[in-house]
Amino acid sequence: MAVLVIADNDNAHLRDGTHKTVTAALKLSGDVDVLVLGSGVSAVAAEAAKIAGVRKVLTAESDALGHGIAEAQADAALALAGNYDAILVPATAGGKNFAPRIAAKLDVAPISDIVEVVSADTFVRPIYAGNALETVQSSDAKKVITVRPTAFPAAGEGGSASVEAVSGADAAKTRFVSEEMVKSDRPELAAAKIVVSGGRAMGSAEEFQAVIEPLADKLGAAVGASRAAVDAGYAPNDYQVGQTGKVVAPQLYIAVGISGAIQHLAGMKDSKVIVAINKDADAPIFQVADYGLVADYKSAVPELLSALTAAGK
Amino acid sequence: MKVLVPVKRVIDYNVKARVKADQTGVDLANVKMSMNPFCEIAVEEAVRLKEKGAATEVVIVSIGPAQAQETIRTALAMGGDRGILITSDADLEPLAVAKLLKAVVAEEQPGLVLMGKQAIDGDNNAVGQMLSALLDWPQATYASAIEISGSAAKVTREVDGGLQTLDVDLPAVVTADLRLNEPRYASLPNIMKAKKKEITQKTVADYGVDVAPRLTVVKVTEPAKRSAGVKVESAADLVSKLTTAGVL
Repeated sequence: MAVLVIADNDNAHLRDGTHKTVTAALKLSGDVDVLVLGSGVSAVAAEAAKIAGVRKVLTAESDALGHGIAEAQADAALALAGNYDAILVPATAGGKNFAPRIAAKLDVAPISDIVEVVSADTFVRPIYAGNALETVQSSDAKKVITVRPTAFPAAGEGGSASVEAVSGADAAKTRFVSEEMVKSDRPELAAAKIVVSGGRAMGSAEEFQAVIEPLADKLGAAVGASRAAVDAGYAPNDYQVGQTGKVVAPQLYIAVGISGAIQHLAGMKDSKVIVAINKDADAPIFQVADYGLVADYKSAVPELLSALTAAGK
Repeated sequence: MKVLVPVKRVIDYNVKARVKADQTGVDLANVKMSMNPFCEIAVEEAVRLKEKGAATEVVIVSIGPAQAQETIRTALAMGGDRGILITSDADLEPLAVAKLLKAVVAEEQPGLVLMGKQAIDGDNNAVGQMLSALLDWPQATYASAIEISGSAAKVTREVDGGLQTLDVDLPAVVTADLRLNEPRYASLPNIMKAKKKEITQKTVADYGVDVAPRLTVVKVTEPAKRSAGVKVESAADLVSKLTTAGVL
């Protein structure tokens, strides 16, 4: 069987989720091609060609693809679908946006957010905010699957796949107007080794920045937030960790002033080590935390910063 | 313009789902059920569009067991005009739901389908996109702002890295994200009034749509439990434990 992986990229760089999706794809078949959608993506294609195990890289370019418009993305993939038995897409906001369109056009059931490949037609995926794992077997001839990147290791480098251009696609009924991206020099949240997240307890955007950001910078960590912190305007939407935000699984997750609602845990409970700093000893976050510090963040975070300095970090 | 709002009856978002001992699914017997939170946001937005004069009628549709009628009543109490209940005892997959909704769209001819971005039970995040594909309509998912102007809608979307604004021709499918609005509570008089609003009863068979499942659930299991952690006394203690654990 042949598998097509659709790369996650921002027209300039390949995102980490692509390498992880290739790992999932290689469990299905040795014949894995990567499709790069966008505009001006030659650098992205070159990065994709280096992923170990990739047979061929295809590039499709157009204005609509450069802006990540779902209709164009699905159409470009559908033009190639005849050659593949499975199409795998990283389960990012971008991937989840167009993958179900491909499935509907192919008249197959999409399989969302898989965390394990059991066999070529059987997969495991979390349901109910990660409180249950469902093993499903697909009877469709073609599979359209989104892959949870945090559940798979990144495929290595060292490949030398050929790069080939295929035709792009446009979206007649949808026009790009503008975008407003959050600027950050910190590591990308979904791929960071350490994540420091703040919750409602911060009380204001200024306090959030004053408490969470220095700690994140000290640790070289990405910044996350609970829904409460995002809803209250303390942090941008893009920082939200949880069932409906980003799912992360870093080496170390530090939750500051976060109670640990079901929906938040869904986004971080696969982290290797979880630390909770909360003044409420009964907060649910302590039930999943490996190390808990019952203290007011106002004193605990500065103490943590000096303890880190003292330890030479 | 008529707005069609699909709503789903799901386990209440505060309830922790329990896996059945025989691994056939999640135990929903005697569990509190509610309207999916994202569907509430979609209903609220549709009602606001009507209040602004951008929509003329808000039609609520739900597919599920007979009790899904309660979910429709809730949406009618929030300001929906009438409901359509398509009863089905089976737990339909997103593909089947999208096909049924396509048939409802063909009957109702709405100018906009406004729905939640995902249901908190299946966590699929697929029906809106699939409906839009089946209809060959444009889609605008994860909406945090919607502005209708003439024959198009300007939609701001929550994407990885920030926000994106798209202009889509109507009719279109728009899916609601958390930040779109804060849904209103239905007042008691409105709950009473909603009892008089019309709900058309249909069955899946009425639509002649193929809803056969494509996926077989082999088993449903509990995720691995995390081993109990420890409380530390001080920040210095924490740093030394993390250093020993090799994560710093």
